[in-house]
Amino acid sequence: MRKISFILNGEKRSVYVEPNDLLLDVLRDKLGDKTPKYGCGRGDCGTCTVLLNGKSVRSCLILAVEVDGQEITTLEGISKGGLTELQKYFLKHNSFQCGFCAPGMIVTLEEFLKKNPKPDEEEVKEAISGNLCRCTGYVPIIRAVMDYVKNK
Amino acid sequence: MSGVISHEFEYLKPKNLDELVDFLTQYKTKAKILSGGTDLIVRIKDGFESPEVLIDIKGIGELKELKFNGNSLFIGASVTFNELIDSEVVRERYPLLWEASKSVASTAIRNRATLVGNICSAVPSLDSGPALLDYEAEVILKSRNGERKVNINEFFLGPRKTVLKEDEFVYGVLIPFINRKNGSAYVKLGRYNGEDLAQVGIGILVVEGKEYRVAHCAVGPVAARARKVEQLLNGKDLNDSLIEEAKKLIVEEISPITDIRATKEYRIHMAKIMLERGLKAAVDRLNGKGPKYGERLI
Ligand SMILES: Cc1cc2nc3c(=O)[nH]c(=O)nc-3n(C[C@H](O)[C@H](O)[C@H](O)COP(=O)(O)OP(=O)(O)OC[C@H]3O[C@@H](n4cnc5c(N)ncnc54)[C@H](O)[C@@H]3O)c2cc1C
Ligand code: FES
Ligand code: FES
Repeated sequence: MRKISFILNGEKRSVYVEPNDLLLDVLRDKLGDKTPKYGCGRGDCGTCTVLLNGKSVRSCLILAVEVDGQEITTLEGISKGGLTELQKYFLKHNSFQCGFCAPGMIVTLEEFLKKNPKPDEEEVKEAISGNLCRCTGYVPIIRAVMDYVKNK
Repeated sequence: MSGVISHEFEYLKPKNLDELVDFLTQYKTKAKILSGGTDLIVRIKDGFESPEVLIDIKGIGELKELKFNGNSLFIGASVTFNELIDSEVVRERYPLLWEASKSVASTAIRNRATLVGNICSAVPSLDSGPALLDYEAEVILKSRNGERKVNINEFFLGPRKTVLKEDEFVYGVLIPFINRKNGSAYVKLGRYNGEDLAQVGIGILVVEGKEYRVAHCAVGPVAARARKVEQLLNGKDLNDSLIEEAKKLIVEEISPITDIRATKEYRIHMAKIMLERGLKAAVDRLNGKGPKYGERLI
């Protein structure tokens, strides 16, 4: 066991972890933040995506010890002040059925739209190409993002 | 069940190169270097690797360097694919590397995955392979006994095998700058956009003066140059009959296998088509025409 400290959604948190503890498990089980989801555990599906120092990463492929002293933002942090505008567009367009992929999608888009606030549809597709959705066929998700971008 | 790692190991994070060298000398094969972890963590989860010690190199400032000095580009071991994509020097002076980097997985993987981790994992399908081979990159290896440089064309020994010795690490990669007009193309066949490894990858570099460099990945045990194809093409203008001859020759140079991702026959068929499209795109780009870099050719 060793103690690590990092900023989680703007607050300093300290926690005891083993070297082989994954960031995803520590966030969910030790720190109670259930927004990153466990899907494939091997980087393929994107449901566990969080921001590490502002950049999207797969929390299922990162050891908790690696983020000692770093800054982590999850969907919990992104929507701290209530639903974000983008989330409202997801609701408007029914961009989920089971909703399992949504946290990863929103976190991924958070980084992407900051870098590229006026993307075209192709760029949006590329941005979420690493996030799998088993239910919607992506059409309503892309529609929501394009509508959001148009009205911003 | 979540994605826990049942294997236990010690985690070390050296602050500088001396500490890293000390750890490697001490632990040798018991240790594995942890860079982005996008390959290693999956391997540990799957039980293919069970190191006693993980040495995280992300605390060493020197390894984060990405520097161009007019003659060559140095890519430190901790430089990620997204850092390469975001670099103006890479986009403008090494477009083949830029295009290949864009083809790797998705943003969230590329925010962690490093080019050096890619060559050290040495899978046959590594996307950085063809570009580095065409550019004749040099790999800088370091250990307690000093430094040596190995041409990337001699770096890979087999699937997941490289010339790296047990107490050595890759410090970085040095890519010479080609100071003549050139055009290039990386053509990657994957099953779907995002996250997929190459079923076939072909990297082409055409330098003014009719010099052709052709390399492939995922269609042999290691990524390699297609020397016979190059010999055929060198000194000649590209035309349809030459392309037909080249397509016949590439078949002799590759030895694809059938696996869960594609059959051998499909790979051979696609390698020919991709060679054709890549050659045309590279020559067009050399002449200031052709598709933009980053645009998919297949
Ligand atoms: C979902 C997903 C999609 C992927 N898609 C692609 C793809 O499209 N194309 C592709 O080519 N790859 C892909 N990969 C594989 C992987 O992301 C790449 O190979 C990546 O470049 C590895 O870099 P890393 O920094 O994460 O390496 P790590 O996982 O940290 O290390 C990989 C190996 O290299 C060793 N190593 C790392 N750095 C050094 C060093 N400096 N000296 C000596 N040894 C070292 C490690 O010990 C380990 O054995 C994918 C992986 C995932 C999980
Ligand atoms: S759970 Fe991390 S990418 Fe699927
Ligand atoms: S809505 Fe179910 S996975 Fe996307």
